[in-house]
This record gives sequence, C-alpha cells and structure tokens, in this order.
Amino acid sequence: MLIPCPYCGERGADEFTVIGAADPMRPEPDAPMEAWVEYVHVRDNAFGPHRELWHHVHGCRQWLVVTRDTRTHAVHGAEAARR
Amino acid sequence: MGHYSLFSLLKNALTGNRHWTPAWRFPEPKARYDTVIVGGGGHGLSTAYYLAKEHGITNVAVVEKGYLGSGNVGRNTTIIRSNYLMPANTHFYEHSLKLWEGLEQDINYNAMVSQRGVLNLCHSDGQRDAYARRGNAMRLAGVDAELLDREQVRAMVPGLNMDNARFPIKGGLLQRRGGTVRHDAVAWGYARAADRRGVDLLQNTEVIGIRVEGGRVRGVETTRGFIAANRVGLACAGNTSRVAAMAGLRLPIESHVLQAFVSEGVKPMIDTVVTFGAGHFYVSQSDKGGLVFGGDIDGYNSYAQRGGMPIVRHVMEEALQLFPAMSRLRYLRQWGGIMDMSMDGSPIIDRTPIDGLFLNGGWCYGGFKATPASGWCFAHTIATGEPHRLNAGFRLDRFGTGRLVDEKGAGAQPNLH
Repeated sequence: MLIPCPYCGERGADEFTVIGAADPMRPEPDAPMEAWVEYVHVRDNAFGPHRELWHHVHGCRQWLVVTRDTRTHAVHGAEAARR
Repeated sequence: MGHYSLFSLLKNALTGNRHWTPAWRFPEPKARYDTVIVGGGGHGLSTAYYLAKEHGITNVAVVEKGYLGSGNVGRNTTIIRSNYLMPANTHFYEHSLKLWEGLEQDINYNAMVSQRGVLNLCHSDGQRDAYARRGNAMRLAGVDAELLDREQVRAMVPGLNMDNARFPIKGGLLQRRGGTVRHDAVAWGYARAADRRGVDLLQNTEVIGIRVEGGRVRGVETTRGFIAANRVGLACAGNTSRVAAMAGLRLPIESHVLQAFVSEGVKPMIDTVVTFGAGHFYVSQSDKGGLVFGGDIDGYNSYAQRGGMPIVRHVMEEALQLFPAMSRLRYLRQWGGIMDMSMDGSPIIDRTPIDGLFLNGGWCYGGFKATPASGWCFAHTIATGEPHRLNAGFRLDRFGTGRLVDEKGAGAQPNLH
C-alpha cells in the first residue's frame, strides 16, 4: 500500500503509523460525559471510504489525513492534517 | 444422521461407507422463530447449541450469509488458553477451557482438542516479574500456571534461539492445559450438535435489515424474506458494526485485518505453542506438520480479508529470530481475517438498548479460544435477559461507566490491543 504524502510523494505504508478515524473531534472540556464517551470510544467503523490519521513517522514526521477504502485498501488521497 | 461412535465407524466401513448421511439438514426458513442468531461461525453456532442444550430453547435459527464456518473460525491459529490477568477475563476464559476439555464428548464430534501447552517466553527481568504476577493471579483463580527458568525452556523447546543479543530468553510462563484445536471441526461439530437438537441452520441467507418497532426487535429481513423473532442475537465478528448499524446502534468497535501463515509440512519440530514475548508472534505445529503462526494486526481499519507485505515481513523476521531453523522452510499459504477490535481489547456479550436484541462482539483476536464460553454465556444472556456472572464484566455500557477490561493497559486504541 502506497501513501501519497503531500510532502514526500508516494511512500510505502510501512514508513507510517496509523491512529484511526480522523473525523471525531475533541469535545470542549466541560462537554457532557456522553460527548466524551462518543469521542473516545464510539466509531463509525466505515465500510468503504474512510478518513483516517496517518503519521509519516519514518519520513517527514507530518500528520496526514488519508482517505482509503476499507473494502479494498485503495488509497484515494492524502492531505496535511493541519487545519 | 446417527451418533458417531466406534460402532458406527465399523458398521459403515463394513458396508462400503455408502450409508453416511449429511451432518446437518438444509431447511427452508420458517416464518417465525423464538430466537434468531445472526452469524453461522463458531460463536453463533455454539450459542445456538447451548440455547438448545442448557435452556431448552430449540425453535432457533442461525442465519449465515455464506456457508457455515466461512469466517474467522476457519481463519485463526487454533490456539486455546486461559492465561489472563484481569479477573473478568481469567474466569471467563477458564470456563471456556473447561468446556473445551469436555467438548468432544459433549457434541459427539472429534475436534482434535490437544492440550499440548502454551508457553509465553520472557526476555527481561521485568517481563519475568510481570509473568510471575500473571501466573500468580491465574493460580489464585484456580487456573494452572508454571514459571519456567531458562534451562527448563531450553529443555522443553530445543529449537529456540536462546541467546539472541537483543532479546535473550530468560524463561517463560507455561500453561500446560492450553493447546490447539482443529478449528473447522469446531464449527462443524457445533453445527451438527445444534441441528440434532432441532436448530435450523440457514446458509446463504444474508441479513439485510433488522426490524425494530417501538424500541423492540421484531425479526430480521433476509435475502430469503422476513423472519420474525422475539429475540435476535448478533454474532457477526468483523461485520458486527455493519449489522448493528441496521438496528441504529453505533459501537465501540473497529474492524482490522489479522494475517496468519502456514509453512510446508515437516517432521515434528515444535510440540507445544510458543509465543515470543518481545514482539507479537505465536507458533505451533499442526498434525499435518505445517507450522501455523501469526503476529500483529496490520494496524489500519479493514474489511478486506487480506493484509499487506510489511506485516508478512515482520512476522517472518520474528519467526527467524526465535527459530533460526525456520529459515529453511517455505511458507505454504497466508490469509487474513477481519477482527472486531473493541476499544479496550475485551469482548462484549450483553443486551442492547433495543429490547430483544443481543450483542456478541468485540473479540479482537481472542475469539477462537472463547468459542465455547462465548456461546454458553451468550445463550444464558439471551435466554434469561441478563448476563451470567461470567460475562458480567463484558457489558456494553462499560465504555461509558469506566469499568473497562483493558488487559494490555493500552487505552482506547484498538490497533494496540
């Protein structure tokens, strides 16, 4: 599996670590407990395209949001995780 | 479909093996069942069997989208053990091991249960202390455990590389009652035993919807029509999130791919199960002679039943550092299965917020050894509406209440469990 790093070009997936779903957003500190349980534990576990956080740990050390199909492992793209 | 015995074997041998009958029926779906189990793998089939045997509930259907045992029950490395630290896990998996010990008589099927021992190697003083602690916890719970020193390990497993410069072997934690089981036979044996008690096994019947009315489950929509049921139990392994979503549930589960490997057959080389303590690697030898081994999950979400080359290489490197003689072996085949990785690394066997809908999932890669106790506890939960003492730690709401069962202490990071 090749990850198209926007800084380094296409690199093998073994240069990266992956942490999981990119879309859950950290709630405000005073958010209700349900919002924190949702953020920490509950996942869509997408069957198909999935936005996820990859870290180019053995490369440029940048965090990326990779869109990848969980049915086929086809990588549709990667962008910097900075917002 | 008679009773299997030495007598039936002789009788059929003397009559040219022309009178064997199929091991189970291929029934048409009925319009209504008391209970429908979704998923015809090890856990679903054992649930159906124990519903019939322990609770007298025989108006049961097991609905399977492919063929029986087509998922992870035939894709694992066949290891059974109960060498856990956390109390919820220790007692649950010990119950499972006890059921394994009597399984073949119980279901009248040869599952080749082989208690050849499971040896966890340690490679540092700190790791030996951790193993001593775990072994003590096991013995306090009535589970067998022995701490071996370096020379005992060397004598027990002659092929090991004891003196790797970085990860020398310092000893090991041995559970002699652990071992291996012929995994497909577990699915077939439970299927046949459930069928003999009247359970309908509906193969090639995919669930495409779960009907819920007024907060109560009414049945399942399938590719062969609607099947009404008062109670529906989900045992869908890697597809748990997808099936639960049909009832509007979102779960603390991610699906990941785990690979396993078999080498060409060789003469007896490893007569136990050995696990590497400085990485994640486990190996045993099948009765055909092939070495059966595996390692970590690939680490990314996946529903594809295949993994990538980096893990293949990683597993091979671990194999060679542990057993240098394996460098001469060719590996025969490799495959992937989809693991329902829960957020704390422990399973869920519980009711759900929907009346009559029950959940069995989050098995990570500990599902095979749990097969008997999983079905036993899930059957109890479905039949009585409440978890048994043995699965009381595996509630779905523990992720909200903080009562996590995190054996590894890795936190809510499924690819680290």
